[in-house]
Amino acid sequence: MTDTLTRTAAPRRESAVRPVRRSRGRVRAFCKHLLLVACAGVMLYPVLWMVVSSLRPNDEIFRSPGLILAELETGNYEAGWNAFEHPFGYFMVNSAIVVLGAIIGNLIACSMAAYGFARLEFTGRRWWFAVMLLTLMLPIHVIIVPQYVLFSEFGWVNTFLPLIVPKFLATDAFFVFLMVQFIRGIPRELDEAARIDGAGHPRIYLRIVLPLMVPALATTAIFTFIWTWNDFFSQLIYLIDPDMHTVPLALRAFVDAQAGTNWGATFAMSTVSLLPVFLVFLFGQRFLLRGIATTGGK
Amino acid sequence: MTATAELRGLRGDRAKAKPENKAAFWFLLPWFLGLFAVTLGPMAASFYLSFTDYNLLQPPEFTGLGNFERMLTDERLHSSLGVTFTYVLVSVPLQLGLALALAVLLDRGVRGLAFYRSVFYLPSLLGASVAIAVLWRTVFGTEGLFNEGLGLFGIEGRGWISDPETALSTLITLNVWTFGSPMVIFLAGLRQIPAMYYEAAAVDGASPLRRFASVTLPLLTPIIFFNLVLQIINAFQSFTQAFIVSGGTGGPVDSTLFFSLFLYQRGFGNFDMGYASALAWLLLVIIGAFTAINFWASKYWVYYDD
Repeated sequence: MTDTLTRTAAPRRESAVRPVRRSRGRVRAFCKHLLLVACAGVMLYPVLWMVVSSLRPNDEIFRSPGLILAELETGNYEAGWNAFEHPFGYFMVNSAIVVLGAIIGNLIACSMAAYGFARLEFTGRRWWFAVMLLTLMLPIHVIIVPQYVLFSEFGWVNTFLPLIVPKFLATDAFFVFLMVQFIRGIPRELDEAARIDGAGHPRIYLRIVLPLMVPALATTAIFTFIWTWNDFFSQLIYLIDPDMHTVPLALRAFVDAQAGTNWGATFAMSTVSLLPVFLVFLFGQRFLLRGIATTGGK
Repeated sequence: MTATAELRGLRGDRAKAKPENKAAFWFLLPWFLGLFAVTLGPMAASFYLSFTDYNLLQPPEFTGLGNFERMLTDERLHSSLGVTFTYVLVSVPLQLGLALALAVLLDRGVRGLAFYRSVFYLPSLLGASVAIAVLWRTVFGTEGLFNEGLGLFGIEGRGWISDPETALSTLITLNVWTFGSPMVIFLAGLRQIPAMYYEAAAVDGASPLRRFASVTLPLLTPIIFFNLVLQIINAFQSFTQAFIVSGGTGGPVDSTLFFSLFLYQRGFGNFDMGYASALAWLLLVIIGAFTAINFWASKYWVYYDD
């Protein structure tokens, strides 16, 4: 089977037919750009409007569908930030703890499992690999009820542990798969050279494979960041106590509490909650795009 | 290679090197622990719970097929299934169609490709967040941006979220809005199509449309298939958007009662854990059936050049 997705470095094809008349090509290119810009504009408009509205007084928001600001109103940020018994930054720290734990867990556990699948020959390897791929497609709902029972037996409800510990057990099969794909691309000669020098598997993993798979680790870290930061379902189930609330939960509680009156503050905190994702996207999109190109992403 | 291609290929190669079971055991230990303790163990437990009545406080009481019989007469479950199927069957084709169209448009050496790609990809990272769901609620509200936009064309708007006729379509729009991630996968796939095929087609005098239909589309079918499987599985599990847009109720009149939202209400709202487990297994069977049908049907339309 041809390996259609992994070899992204294949030469870019040249346009097969040269345009007969230059002006016709130019008109076509212009139309294409017009279409693309229109598409992009329609897509981003609501988000831009939200950001602009967060800087408007409340009574102006729904009267102003445009993006031009008459004056800068920063009061929404102050009001939203302090709307709870904890300042919004408190919930951001909670989210950051969960995200950091999840990233560390995924990096360690998924890279170990990936090394095992990609480089070690063991009984039933193909069978276990198939099991791993199948868990990729498993809906979380099938395990959430007993998992909740199990973790509440441990006294883990209202702690971050149910959100972090599973990551140290490589339960995000997507990343195991991503790393297996990456390790397969690292020449085996490097392993063999190290083995001739007397290195065992732990050393090959730590000294050869891990340093070479930094791009895959970066992709994993970035995706874990974004998905955990946005995750709502499992945080809603495990974090009931408002002291343990993360950003999505705090935002939802805020929206419910003021029942759609203070839109300026809602938009301000929504903007704050999206900012980390946007920054990570801005600086990490190279790794994100490579990640979904190699495995198909989510 | 994509996960779907990987599963197809597993029938192939034989083991060559000698086993290194001991090393493999240690490297895979976390994964094995996770598989049994966090995935397969709970799966088995939820299978058992699906035949019981269980409210977390008293020990589970075995009721045989009681939960499954209840499903047959549960009106809310039926409307929830209807909502979920409509959502999946409408939003996934629209999303993939748009993803493919824009990927093809971007593929032919467009200037500023990186910029457009980023702009189209960004919503798929933001789309699952509470913030965007909150935004959606206001954009499609009575005084929302969408009605303002319609007003420009002289069309009278309405409360898209509060009207049970249209509430689901706002969620479909939200899913279509996240077409960027399948688009990026399509783009990667388009790059793999050898230029010589296009040259040969051009020499034979094929029109651009003909080249798309006879070269691009067939060679892209494995990627279309992969995106289809993945997006269907994802769409069946949608939760956050419906939860936020409807304020956790699935309303108005259960018109946004996604299956996972219904399951959440039963399990974690009413602590009806036995029934929730049975619902979870129903979801697994539905997703499994869709995936199996997809794999079966792929024999007839997906082209693998091996």
